[in-house]
Amino acid sequence: MAAPTNQELIDFVIREARLIDMHRLDEWLDLFTEDGIYWMPLEWGQTDPRLTASLMYEDKMLLTIRIERLKGNRTFSQKPRSRCHHVLQTPQIERRDEANNEYVTWTPMHYVETRNDDQQLYAAWATHTLSVVDGKLKIKLKRVDIVNCDAAFGNIQLFM
Amino acid sequence: MNRYRGNVEAVRNLIRETEVHRDVYIDEEVFHLEMEHLFANTWVYVGHDSQVPNPGDYFGTTVGTQPILMVRHTDNTVKVLHNRCPHKGTRITTETCGNTGKFFRCPYHAWTFRTDGTLRQIPLSRGYEKAGLNDSHAANGMNPVRHVHNYRGFVFAKLNDVGPGFEEFFGESLSSFDNMVDRSPAGRLEVAGGVLRYMHNCNWKMLVENQTDTCHPMVAHESSAGTAIKVWENAPPGTKKPMAVEIYAPFMAPYDFFENMGIRVWPNGHGHTGVHHSIHSNYSAIPGYFDKMVAAYGENRAKAILDENRHNTIYFPNLMIKGPIQLIRLFKPIAANKTLVESWTFRLVDAPDLLLERTLMYNRLINAPTSVVGHDDLEVYERAQEGLKVDANQWVNVGRLYDPSEGHDVTAETNGTTEWQMRNQFRAWSKYMTMSM
Repeated sequence: MAAPTNQELIDFVIREARLIDMHRLDEWLDLFTEDGIYWMPLEWGQTDPRLTASLMYEDKMLLTIRIERLKGNRTFSQKPRSRCHHVLQTPQIERRDEANNEYVTWTPMHYVETRNDDQQLYAAWATHTLSVVDGKLKIKLKRVDIVNCDAAFGNIQLFM
Repeated sequence: MNRYRGNVEAVRNLIRETEVHRDVYIDEEVFHLEMEHLFANTWVYVGHDSQVPNPGDYFGTTVGTQPILMVRHTDNTVKVLHNRCPHKGTRITTETCGNTGKFFRCPYHAWTFRTDGTLRQIPLSRGYEKAGLNDSHAANGMNPVRHVHNYRGFVFAKLNDVGPGFEEFFGESLSSFDNMVDRSPAGRLEVAGGVLRYMHNCNWKMLVENQTDTCHPMVAHESSAGTAIKVWENAPPGTKKPMAVEIYAPFMAPYDFFENMGIRVWPNGHGHTGVHHSIHSNYSAIPGYFDKMVAAYGENRAKAILDENRHNTIYFPNLMIKGPIQLIRLFKPIAANKTLVESWTFRLVDAPDLLLERTLMYNRLINAPTSVVGHDDLEVYERAQEGLKVDANQWVNVGRLYDPSEGHDVTAETNGTTEWQMRNQFRAWSKYMTMSM
């Protein structure tokens, strides 16, 4: 793959959300680079994931644990399973750095997670840092900033 | 309904030697009585003094369901005040925390108060010349809480005059705070990292009981910790064991691990798991930390401090601390079926940053609303809150390893899977509920 077009970046981000909504989580995980990270900050405008608390800061191993757990027979909080739904605004191209093979998109979104009779709505911005690896776009970092990131939440069990 | 108000006998009858009645979890009247009595007669955690380092710094929180704030007064002591204006009731602080300068100023009519809560000034005060203000409730300003104690940075308040003094209430249990603070080469902690807030649709006591429930991790957390172990087993040979696996894996330890770790109970409902070892015992050493501890305390003392690996210490009624990883959890009651869990983390002053990094990772993996461990805990609590509606059996069993010779309000060390600590909490519950009835 040569440098991706803006439309290819946009299509990638939209497909990524769709894979989550369709519970195709093994394929979703494959979208991450080997050192890829999923980050959900706890603090407004957070810059440090290490010495400031986050809701999630997970490498591929931790994401694998989540996905494998969802398949288990004794995953009590997922009996019945949650479902989720993303509504994305068209992703904006935040930065194109072809020399360093790094592309950043910014996507406002609404995310719904539901289980039993309960349905929760979250508003967030997703920032994707993407890179071309072996001819395919991959996620180096997906950062999800929830608008009320510091509010008291109940269970958030799937992926925004 | 007034089944329990004014009826000491009915409240006492909720607690038996090895059973407690479901109303302690689901009855709104019992909940209101808890707020009026239990949370007023006991020493309840407010906050840490590192949250208010400078005069005028304040932090707003609750004791039970009472809005309060703690503030660093001009004399450098920490005061606890009721967070309302004596005029119309307006909450005084606008932010959760901040600096108010030399005085608080109500945003409604500009009444001002010194940081010890006393009334400073009222605009157009001549309007009160004949109003008998000095004999009114308003004369008390922001109603300072009389019983406040700062123990090595941890600030507690007791709202009622009845009930024991601080030292008498906590006694030997303070050794768990000592161990957490002593783990700093400087002998000081600072709140750091940010607080995780997690809403639970269940009674606050379910969470408190869970902290010393050592028969649940390998069951409720098989899905998370068990999966973590399996995923780790598939890692390429020679891969360094990640910190996250060190944190997850011990949740799957077998029953005998938990039996042998031991539980110690103390009077007044306090107690802890992990007398001999705990799930925190086998974490990798943090480079440079032990040397700093030896420099600060000498080798023997440093070893003694670090060899103490208490698991969860309950400070009755609603605080749990984890000394070895510098984390506390506060179970804030909101309603009979609603609890806000706050998980706070601390930096050991003068210790390497990697310790705080591990503390924050633990908090994120175990205590966050996004935690796969937390998910299954909350699931079982909420199922219990639901299941307790069953009329056919109205009692919860807390009888594991009960012996009729078991002492009440004593210090004892026992098997790590006992439910004695839960019984201990309910006996204290009964005592402090009825003390002021």
